[in-house]
Amino acid sequence: MLEIKCPYCGKRSQNEFSYGGDASIKRPQLGEEISTEDWDNFVYYRDNPRGKHSELWHHVSGCRQWFKVSRDTATHEIFDTCKMNEDFNV
Amino acid sequence: MSNSFRTTNSTGLINKDKKINFTFNGTIYHGYEGDTLASALIANGVHLVGRSFKYHRPRGFLGVGVEEPNAMVQLHDGNKSEPNIIATEVELVEGLKAKSQNCWPSVQFDIGEINNVLNRFFPAGFYYKTFMWPKSFWMKIYEPFIRKAAGMGKAPLLPDPDRYEHNYEHCDVLVVGSGPSGLASALAAAKNGARVILAEDKPNFGGSLLTDEVTIGNMSGKEWASDTISQLKSMPNVILKKRSQVFGYYDHNMTVMIERVSDHIENPSKYTPRQRLHYIRAGEVIVSTGSIERPISFGNNDRPGIVLASAAKEYMKVYETLVGKKPIIFTNNDTAYSTALEFIKNDIEPIIVDTRDSSNGELVKEVQQKGISIKFNSGIADTKGHLKINSAIIGKLDSSKESFISEETVECDCICMSGGWTPTVHLSSQAGNKLKFNDDIDAFVPDKKRQKETAIGAANGSFTLNQSLAEGFQVGFDLSNKFTDQNNPTNSPNSNEPSYEKHEKLWCMPLPSGKKPKRFIDFQNDVAVSDVELAIREGFRSIEHVKRYTTLGMAGDQGKTSNLNGLQYVSKIEKKIVPEVGHTTFRPPYTPVTIGAIVGREVGNHYLPTRKSPIHTWHEENNAVFVAAGLWQRPRYYPMGSEDMNSAVNREAANVRKNVGICDVTTLGKIDIKGPDAPEFLNRVYTNAWLKLPVGKARYGVMLREDGMVFDDGTTSRLSENHFHMTTTTAQAANVLSHLEYYLQVVWPDLDVNVLSTTEQWSGIAVAGPKSRDLLSKLFPDVDMSNEGLPFMGLVDSSIDGIKARIYRISFSGELAYEVNVESNYGLYTWKKIMEVGQSFDIQPYGTEALSTLRIEMGHVAGAELDGRTIPFDVGLNSMVSQKKDFIGKRSLSKDAFTESDRQTIVGLVPLDKKTKIPEGSHIIEDNSAVAPIPKLGHVSSSCWSVEYNNPFSIAIIKDGKNKIGKNLYAVSPLKDISIPVEVVSSHYVDPEGSRVRS
Ligand SMILES: [Zn+2]
Repeated sequence: MLEIKCPYCGKRSQNEFSYGGDASIKRPQLGEEISTEDWDNFVYYRDNPRGKHSELWHHVSGCRQWFKVSRDTATHEIFDTCKMNEDFNV
Repeated sequence: MSNSFRTTNSTGLINKDKKINFTFNGTIYHGYEGDTLASALIANGVHLVGRSFKYHRPRGFLGVGVEEPNAMVQLHDGNKSEPNIIATEVELVEGLKAKSQNCWPSVQFDIGEINNVLNRFFPAGFYYKTFMWPKSFWMKIYEPFIRKAAGMGKAPLLPDPDRYEHNYEHCDVLVVGSGPSGLASALAAAKNGARVILAEDKPNFGGSLLTDEVTIGNMSGKEWASDTISQLKSMPNVILKKRSQVFGYYDHNMTVMIERVSDHIENPSKYTPRQRLHYIRAGEVIVSTGSIERPISFGNNDRPGIVLASAAKEYMKVYETLVGKKPIIFTNNDTAYSTALEFIKNDIEPIIVDTRDSSNGELVKEVQQKGISIKFNSGIADTKGHLKINSAIIGKLDSSKESFISEETVECDCICMSGGWTPTVHLSSQAGNKLKFNDDIDAFVPDKKRQKETAIGAANGSFTLNQSLAEGFQVGFDLSNKFTDQNNPTNSPNSNEPSYEKHEKLWCMPLPSGKKPKRFIDFQNDVAVSDVELAIREGFRSIEHVKRYTTLGMAGDQGKTSNLNGLQYVSKIEKKIVPEVGHTTFRPPYTPVTIGAIVGREVGNHYLPTRKSPIHTWHEENNAVFVAAGLWQRPRYYPMGSEDMNSAVNREAANVRKNVGICDVTTLGKIDIKGPDAPEFLNRVYTNAWLKLPVGKARYGVMLREDGMVFDDGTTSRLSENHFHMTTTTAQAANVLSHLEYYLQVVWPDLDVNVLSTTEQWSGIAVAGPKSRDLLSKLFPDVDMSNEGLPFMGLVDSSIDGIKARIYRISFSGELAYEVNVESNYGLYTWKKIMEVGQSFDIQPYGTEALSTLRIEMGHVAGAELDGRTIPFDVGLNSMVSQKKDFIGKRSLSKDAFTESDRQTIVGLVPLDKKTKIPEGSHIIEDNSAVAPIPKLGHVSSSCWSVEYNNPFSIAIIKDGKNKIGKNLYAVSPLKDISIPVEVVSSHYVDPEGSRVRS
């Protein structure tokens, strides 16, 4: 069970959180003309890197904030966590 | 022969003043307080404990603790019965009942032993080779045979009556194992101010200090251990846990430990748990788990009475028990000589067989000084004795040590063997540590750590006391310094121990001349040297493949005594060094863990939380039959008299159509939405338009996922300019909230909106039916309930007996209907009030079944249709999709596949005979006589008995549904072997114009 530092609450066990996928994905603008291919890339296609991954987590059983986690997908090492409007330090 | 194998000294840890009676295979024996089941049986001369897994060979004790591969027993009876328990780990308690397993009719005479005679038919890979064909034999012949053969103990069929608990702990330093290095590190870390947990599997702290003749400072090892424990006990920053096995090392230094709380207590109090599972999140973990002695492979090395030398010593020193009175010590190293000396201390002269040419170790000399001669350059070739060893064939090894020059038979009643020591690296390995091979000790030791874990002492390959203590004090101090600023190191005291000479790299004896007895490597899985040879001969090279093919190391003991010997043997045949062969992976749990402990208190009603509406007690008092809706308990129907479900549901639904019904809809998800951008946010979340919804009005909304599939639906009302009240389905309430939070926090943080769940703040009561207006007028005389005063989709605030109430004119049943919301605490009162006033309108409560019937007849979609695979078009919600604005998921709707006109869409189905109910999940096909595979047009999502037309009615989602209306098709359920001719009709079966809700 991972130990994740919520930027709002501090370190908590993984079972308080839910995973929210790749944090680098940007939703297309509303009303934006977008090709089917680009839209499909946004909806379906995700990289599956081995190593450092920037991802979203939601503190569902806590403060209910979404935030960013930089995690190694192979070792589970967490390099940093930050609020949505912040950038990772490492 | 009662306890005739006890030593005469009383320097151990048992209390001979307290007798404990126990039963083994129906015979009553006694042991003493402090005994294990193993030590008490051995003291009573009982060595035959069970039968081996594959060949049903008689087996006794090999070890004294967790390493034991053979001595598994079935404990207790009835609901307390427990299979596959290692007898060396069971503390004796008055009245304990144990029996042998994997044998029939008895352990002395076991029919299955025929497998031993037939053993040439059971080679490695036997199952893979034999059970391949013919295919049809698998279920009927092979599978039951394997099942029976694989049976060890018997799982109890009754519920477990015991209580298990979970506990969460946090500490700076967790020390696993309380031998010299563990105690030293715990003391150093604790004295430096760190919060320390020290875990010991055994009932006594001290590890090897309890059995080794050493001195630390001016104390014996045993005294130093007890002194250190007293110091630790007095420190508030230390938690000491004995009978506690840290069995798993997971990510981010989460370790899991099982504590045997009351198994050793005769009459534990009712609320004392049997076992406790501790989740320990440790800042640093010190792995001081020691080492396990290795057996040696030789002919028939598995007979009862053949034990590890260290086990024999521990039985003598801790349990005051002799494994035999005519011992042979068989070794490739010096440590077994301490066992020899212990026998000599008990006036028993052992025969010593040493594979080495000589040794000048201190213990060896001491033995020689006592006048004992040592058979150097010798090995055991074979043994005899069916149910218990009675003699050994000792051979003189030739210079290559590949064969015996001469052989002699020597009587004995036990063999104490030692093939050297294997560091217990399981936890480090589980933590992700890349092990390295240490050629000096011929074993793997931890190397590159991935987590905050440090192995010390024997677990780290440091086999001397001096090294262990030095590492312990140093590491304990260094690691604790990360957590405290006291900078208070503890110096390692002087210690004295015998010096040891090097072991010989020899773990497998040659075969005796002219014979091919089995030389076992893995006792629990019955894997012999010949099986490993066969696997390699057949081309298996990777150690992982050899492991799986032979099952070496795959038994419950996970190869604690066999893995390394297996590796050594593979490397010998392959002429490779061990690190080239590699090692298999260690996985949790290190020792078996009861399912009860894993589950803890989450059993029965505690398995999941139960959510009850504030009106729940009324439902109970009124005979409701409940159904689980997620965590909620909802009334399914309210049978009257001897009514069955169908008649109750039909009555309840018909009463809504005719008079008025009342339904508890508290479970619907409710979300309070506030902020200046709330209308804009709803406009993006829902497929329809929200900007112009007037204050005081509700609107039905549909929301999609980005992939275009319908996610949820519900009504949302505008309470004031910037304040909305959203309702969701019961099932999706939590997901919708997370979804809204995601878009507000991640995607559109510029929107000034806040959302908050208010599901539990409101109690919702639906009042539906043609008489609902009259009833509500009476309940709320101040409100103008006319169609103009409170039109469809309107809402109004009022009060009932001083309780604030909000009345929505919304309908799920298709009838004229209202929903009354009050604060949760007044839900029950309000419900009762409505029931009371409603009597004169023939009000009746209705449950979820009638609720379903009413919505299905009307063609209202719900979870069965909104199953994550339907877009609005498919379920008749296309009119809800705005063409003018963008919203979540809209772009997906214009994708090619989503715009095909013959997509599966919603229709109604009526059986042609107007009688046969169509099972939900049935497939819809066109031609009943077609040959499989028959094209599937779609499936039945919801079925009910239409109370309006008094015949079955279903909703289905079928290909090109609109153009199928009026056609006859078949609903088939191959599972139930039925095929029902049906007519396709509109899904809006009752009141398709929707005039009733607006009346
Ligand atoms: Zn938080």
